[in-house]
Amino acid sequence: MTAIDFSHRAVEMSGITKKFGDFVANENINLTVHRGEVHALLGENGAGKTTLMNILYGLLKPSSGNIKINGKTLTISDPNIAIRNGIGMVHQHFMLVEPFSVTENIILGNESTRGFGILDAGKGEKEVKRISEQYGLTVDPKALIQDLSVGSQQRVEILKTLYRGAQILILDEPTAVLTPQEIKELVAIITNLTEAGKSIIIITHKLNEIKQMADFCTIIRRGRHIDTVDVSEVTEEDLAAKMVGREVSFRVAKEKRNPGEKILDIKELCVEDSRGIMVVNGLNLQLRKGEILGIAGIDGNGQTQLIETLTGLRKAKSGRIEVLGKDITNLPPGKIINNHKVGHIPEDRQKRGLVFEFNIAENLILETYFKPAFSEGFSLLHKNIYKNADTLIEKFDIRPRDATLQAKSLSGGNQQKMIIAREVSNEPELLIAAQPTRGLDVGAIEYVHQALVAQRNEGKGVLLVSFELDEIMNVSDRIAVIFEGKIVGILDADDADEKKIGLLMAGGTAKE
Amino acid sequence: MEPIIQDLGFIIGTTLMYSTPLIFTSLGGVITERSGVINIGLEGMMYFGAFAGAAVAYFSQDPWLGLLCAALGGAFWGLIHAIACVSFSAEQIVSGIAINFLGAGSALFISRLLFDGATQTLTVARKIPQPLDFLFGEGKMFASSGFTDLVFNRFATVYLAFFLVFVVWFVLYKTQLGMRVRAVGENPEAANTLGINVTRIRYGAVIMSGFFAGLGGAAMSIAVVSRFSNTLISGHGFIALAAMIFGKWKPQGALVACLLFGAAKGLEIFLGSKGVPVAGDILAMLPYVLTIIILIGFVGKTTAPAAIGKIFDKGDH
Ligand SMILES: Nc1ncnc2c1ncn2[C@@H]1O[C@H](COP(=O)(O)OP(=O)(O)OP(=O)(O)O)[C@@H](O)[C@H]1O
Ligand SMILES: [Mg+2]
Repeated sequence: MTAIDFSHRAVEMSGITKKFGDFVANENINLTVHRGEVHALLGENGAGKTTLMNILYGLLKPSSGNIKINGKTLTISDPNIAIRNGIGMVHQHFMLVEPFSVTENIILGNESTRGFGILDAGKGEKEVKRISEQYGLTVDPKALIQDLSVGSQQRVEILKTLYRGAQILILDEPTAVLTPQEIKELVAIITNLTEAGKSIIIITHKLNEIKQMADFCTIIRRGRHIDTVDVSEVTEEDLAAKMVGREVSFRVAKEKRNPGEKILDIKELCVEDSRGIMVVNGLNLQLRKGEILGIAGIDGNGQTQLIETLTGLRKAKSGRIEVLGKDITNLPPGKIINNHKVGHIPEDRQKRGLVFEFNIAENLILETYFKPAFSEGFSLLHKNIYKNADTLIEKFDIRPRDATLQAKSLSGGNQQKMIIAREVSNEPELLIAAQPTRGLDVGAIEYVHQALVAQRNEGKGVLLVSFELDEIMNVSDRIAVIFEGKIVGILDADDADEKKIGLLMAGGTAKE
Repeated sequence: MEPIIQDLGFIIGTTLMYSTPLIFTSLGGVITERSGVINIGLEGMMYFGAFAGAAVAYFSQDPWLGLLCAALGGAFWGLIHAIACVSFSAEQIVSGIAINFLGAGSALFISRLLFDGATQTLTVARKIPQPLDFLFGEGKMFASSGFTDLVFNRFATVYLAFFLVFVVWFVLYKTQLGMRVRAVGENPEAANTLGINVTRIRYGAVIMSGFFAGLGGAAMSIAVVSRFSNTLISGHGFIALAAMIFGKWKPQGALVACLLFGAAKGLEIFLGSKGVPVAGDILAMLPYVLTIIILIGFVGKTTAPAAIGKIFDKGDH
């Protein structure tokens, strides 16, 4: 937050408009970023942030508007031009070649050769090493991408831009997929970069990160430029209100309730991961009707495999899972969903939550297409399917309001709303929600939390798994902490605090 | 000389001879699929190459010119496939099937025009030479029909095929171009964001695959035999495709697989020549049966390039 050079405008976008058919994704947006400045872009899911940055990087052509880089007007018609002018972008969904090494991914398209197009592998590796040391981005140049953690993959993405000499870095939701520790490391990296005179545009939904990292913040709502503010002069509440156009409450309102009968009972569950390591190891857990049970824990302590087993996607090695007193251990997912009324909001929405190529209406009936409401004999009842879709789109505020849009053209947040709409409308007795708010804006988060609480108030059971401690403490009635595949402690939300939970998460014991 | 040794030499020799057309064609398969474009039209391209090679060699009396024209003929069909799949985002399998019909159909059509309505060419005067004979004189280097002669004294196309395996491997794994081809086949969006022209890379790769399939066809029609006939190719293009998959999309892997199929063919001919009491038709099934068995049983989980067969949509430029 120190080295801003106000005399040097690194980026100056003015009057940018972008239309997809009739839909206006960006309307007359202005954005100015100075040298050495961290500029945050804030806006709801689908507001048009990624679109604006894709225009700056030459991946999309603006319908109208003007871009100046370092004072010079440019037409950025493809990424090559952006790269040549010192612009680098780390995309919301990583752009990495999985079976390639770190070095290969970084040098791709800009390879050092020994002449005749023959690669000079050693030189590339040295260069990668040099840059990674210069900015404190530690990563093994020889490792394969597919073996790296998400945090390391992101460092590779940043290195890719620095290798090309980027002076202006665009980071599209860099923290959405990171663990708290990795986020700390990213903050340090960003500081290093601005000290070296680089300008950074960062998109994030986490208001505390904006307060922590950014100098200025531009707020976009439904494609329109709302305001650009000096971050030091506003509060998180101000930012949220500007973004959604109304007051947002960060705390979930919920009344005390007395939980009813046992709905989920997990006994001595053991599960192996794909490498054959026992990652859920004798886990016991009970959940009652009318209760939200949050599972807190550091990523990689068996949460993923636990949920996969509960939903029938992975086989248990031993142990027993009961829903409303009936054994569901190792049943196929279809039976668990339909006969035992278990709903699932999966962790990886793109892989498991939806079919990219299907439209919204089709995605909304993935679990119910065979029911009389939607099919008759061999044929689907399209009229009902679209009527159902229109109702849910309205009720769950999925944008844009068009049931025929392919799932892949929706913004991340709206994809998530679609999944929640499907799962909740299927009226499950038990709802399993894994990372349900990952990548969502505060407005949408508030919405998802309300939906979970509504389930609970109707007397349903909700199992919530999240790496966000805030979310767990805010929404749950009880909190179970998972560590190395076991529940190591269960706390009432009322007398839980960050310290107690944090200690348990790290493998300590809850001593008073 | 020991007859066993001689038999072995014979089997190895025929293996090499029959593997060669497969090697060329499956190298073509490796190149195109590594860039993410499926090309099941290899059969048709090979078919056309076999005809073009024999026809040109017949009229020009120059086998090398025949070989070159075969490759260019294959490349032409590669270009058609690229236009359909890359520029117009056509379904790649459908385009490939169409090219199988068109390649074969056009070859037969031209053959009928040029060779008095026959669906085969006349015998070429000069086949692809055997370079050792050419350099040292026939029977000079090795005793005629001895083990060494049978194994090492082969048509020029055999040496060329082995050399090209090395070249394709080198280009794919050691050069800038090869790295870009592989990246495009794995993740075209990523390549695009780094300023790599996905369309251009895919065009090049698909055209090269046709070029190689054309070579494969000619290696059949003017080296293994000395003319084109309508049953000459009969599935070799598909076997080459299977060999590429069996070889896990790697040139060296495809080489091994092609040698295996060639060996099945060599065995078939050997057993046939020894008069073993098995019907010739059964023996002729050997390479095909082997293909199926290997594909079912031994390949296991292969890792195809991730973006294979998927349409790359650059957005709205
Ligand atoms: N190629 C496209 N065709 C049609 N509509 C599109 C296309 N790309 C984006 N959109 C639409 O434009 C709007 C803005 O999308 P964009 O991805 O920019 O949102 P965002 O602000 O980045 O949201 P998020 O926070 O969820 O990532 C969305 O409504 C989206 O559905
Ligand atoms: Mg976005």
